[in-house]
Amino acid sequence: MLLNESVAIVTGAARGLGRAIALELAAGGAQVVVNYAGSEAKALQVVHEIEAAGGRGMAVQADVSLAGDVDRLVKTAQDACGKVDILVNNAGIARDNLILRMKEGDWDAVLATNLKGVFLCTKAVAKGMLKRRAGVIVNIASVVGISGNAGQANYAAAKAGVIGLTKSVAKELAPRGIRVNAVAPGYILTDMTDILPDEVKNGIAQTIPLGRVGEPRDVAKAVAFLASPDAAYITGQTLCVDGGMEM
Amino acid sequence: MGVFEKVKSIVVDQLGVDEDDVTLETSFEELNADSLDIVELIMALEEEFDLDIPDEEAEKIRTVGDAVKYIKENQ
Repeated sequence: MLLNESVAIVTGAARGLGRAIALELAAGGAQVVVNYAGSEAKALQVVHEIEAAGGRGMAVQADVSLAGDVDRLVKTAQDACGKVDILVNNAGIARDNLILRMKEGDWDAVLATNLKGVFLCTKAVAKGMLKRRAGVIVNIASVVGISGNAGQANYAAAKAGVIGLTKSVAKELAPRGIRVNAVAPGYILTDMTDILPDEVKNGIAQTIPLGRVGEPRDVAKAVAFLASPDAAYITGQTLCVDGGMEM
Repeated sequence: MGVFEKVKSIVVDQLGVDEDDVTLETSFEELNADSLDIVELIMALEEEFDLDIPDEEAEKIRTVGDAVKYIKENQ
């Protein structure tokens, strides 16, 4: 299997995209550290599913917006697994509102988890990756980080930030053989998108060229590809997985 | 092994330079180290000497002698 002998941390992996990504990487042979902030039972369920399929996984609690938590997460992974080969920065939250109604706290919370969290996790794993002259980082951005979206100024700003961060870190770490890419999902069926009103959902579905909304598995497959040696010559890219929404 | 010899061996290892090119006066710039090389070198020194070199201090370390002096003063 492509990811045999590798160790992956997937942040926010108890639910939604992170869960699908954790399962996909484990199916590819990676030992997966399933990070969660609050959903312990669901994270343990993901580990259980990984193990039931013959893979290896462990759940580690950490809020990615807190440097102390992130350092503990990475250290726990390194102590238990010996190294970290793959980091998937997936943890994210949404606090949607029109900008005139958006509270400062909504802005800060989304930027803290969705953008600062990526910075903190990347910094924490980069040290070990530099030493080993190898490593892969995949950041989960969003098509709204490219196109913008009414009602998601905070989320879109954070995701656009993730794309800029991805390119910058890719340039910094490329000389040491470390690849950094982003995946920008479009409209994917998860708990996060399930809360949208039906008319919004239907409206979005009609704008998708491939004629359907995406599933977490669609995103997980792209992440697994970028994390694998098959993508050895790809860095600094943002791969849209969106049924053709953004082109 | 003295501090200088240890630092020298790390510099030779990290930057892939000749041992004879490394003296107390040699700057990392002269050894063609880029900014990432220097960050890695500092990390390697921290590990070898069990130190935590703050960024402000690390910026002042420009030569092999600077590194040796810092390590001797902070060990």
